[in-house]
Amino acid sequence: MATKKTVLLTAMDRVKIARDPKRPHIYDFINFVCSDFEELHGDRLVNDDRGLVAGFGTIDAFKCLVLGHHKGATIEENMEANFGMAQPDGYRKAMRLAALAEKFHLPVVTFVDTPGAYPGDTAEARGQAEAIAKSLEFFSLLKTPVVVVITGEGGSGGALAIAVGDRILMMENAVYSVISPEGCAGILWRDGAKAPEAAEALKITAADLKRLGAIDEIIPEPAGGAQKNAKAAAAAVKKAVVKALAELVKEPIDKLVDGRYAKFRAMGNFYK
Amino acid sequence: MVPRHWERTTMGWFEKKEAVKIPPTKALWQVCPRCKSYIPVAEWKANNAICPSCNYHGRLGARARIAQLADADSFQEVFREVSYSDHLDFHDATGAYKGKVEAVIAKSGEKESVVMGTATMGKIPVMLGVMDFAFMGGSLGTGTGERIARACEQAIAEKRPLIICCASGGARMHEGILSLMQMAKTSAAIGRLKAAGLPYISVLTDPTTGGVSASFAMLGDINITEPKALIGFAGRRVIENTIHQKLPPDFQSAEYLKAHGFIDKIVERKDLKPFIVKMLNYFGF
Repeated sequence: MATKKTVLLTAMDRVKIARDPKRPHIYDFINFVCSDFEELHGDRLVNDDRGLVAGFGTIDAFKCLVLGHHKGATIEENMEANFGMAQPDGYRKAMRLAALAEKFHLPVVTFVDTPGAYPGDTAEARGQAEAIAKSLEFFSLLKTPVVVVITGEGGSGGALAIAVGDRILMMENAVYSVISPEGCAGILWRDGAKAPEAAEALKITAADLKRLGAIDEIIPEPAGGAQKNAKAAAAAVKKAVVKALAELVKEPIDKLVDGRYAKFRAMGNFYK
Repeated sequence: MVPRHWERTTMGWFEKKEAVKIPPTKALWQVCPRCKSYIPVAEWKANNAICPSCNYHGRLGARARIAQLADADSFQEVFREVSYSDHLDFHDATGAYKGKVEAVIAKSGEKESVVMGTATMGKIPVMLGVMDFAFMGGSLGTGTGERIARACEQAIAEKRPLIICCASGGARMHEGILSLMQMAKTSAAIGRLKAAGLPYISVLTDPTTGGVSASFAMLGDINITEPKALIGFAGRRVIENTIHQKLPPDFQSAEYLKAHGFIDKIVERKDLKPFIVKMLNYFGF
């Protein structure tokens, strides 16, 4: 039945669902997925970015580092967190704590939900490009298992910066794209209102991404979407994350890191 | 004397024969985008697209830059078979991606936005990649990412330092999510190269923005750039719309990036090669 419904949704419908403010956010997932959690703050350089939260927690039998974009549930939180658009400081906090997780052989679980990295003057001054670049390199070499869950908006480089991992899971109604449909329409259609066409052309839904090999697994959502039943949605996420962790912690670490490289290395190689 | 245009039109039939054909100005003169001086094209080219009166560093095509950086006759192109991919069968308001990119290929003779090859620089064997902004805005497509990843792997196998001259507007959206994934792929490959004890020198030329600045361009062991080059993550207008403020003119310039600690040195084009060779010498090559 769920499948029948799925077919009827356009890419732009999914974009709207993925952006629904009622959709579960990082703290909802932490509450439902972790039996305990302790948030830690700051990049030890300049700031504690609220657009990206991180801390240690327990998921089922696994102690791990949990981190993810934070959009905020109230307008005050939205403002404080820049609507989930992380500053370079957020990515540097993620790397700092991931290095700590690596040191104590704890896996990392990331939750991706951002319109994109923060496009502001402060972000540029503190090196948004460098922070994202470094994060991509850093997570590709990290000697501990990394599970990525794309829960809402996977907005370009700002999403990818915490989405380099051994398993890439994606919720059924989440989207993940190189550029927002509005941004793409503005450039290639010269009309932001053509976003639905751009969304279709860009192939940004979970099913499309699975077919393209950019993600590993689709996590089904409750009927009507995760925003209708956060608890059930989080339960499905937990199940998928625990399964992935159970498989990954068994792997010898060098094999795991080589496998992660091979996974991204194969993406977009059409000339074998 | 060249007849005035009204003379030519009003004098009609008998002036026609004598009318001197004026070659289009562009073929003879390069107008400096900054100081607006007229520079003979031959001089502009001989000077590697640098304005002799104001030192403006113009954009340089991949082949011209390779000629400037590689030792004479040392450049051997690799991975030329790796090109774009239209796996999304992408169409927008102005037509098909395939048609557009094929037109660029036919015009430029290049098959991707980065030209990669082995070369020597100051007799040191290196892997050299140069992006060309004229190829789809230097955008990072699957072919671009594939060429860079292969270059890293070959550099590791042959113990060559890697030098990439970047010039790009960012990821190539016509190739969708897999273009985004090239940011991860190239960064991972660069990470492996650096872990193998080899140096990577990134030359961020005008302009280096978006997904390229946020991946391999910013990952150099040494990051260098040319005077006044534009380097940044988000576009100026996007930022102005976000913060509701006008940005200063030098925002995202090479000088701004250096002042904020992201660039090791601003090097004039004429000094690029000696600087890179000097660094490689320090690193034991």
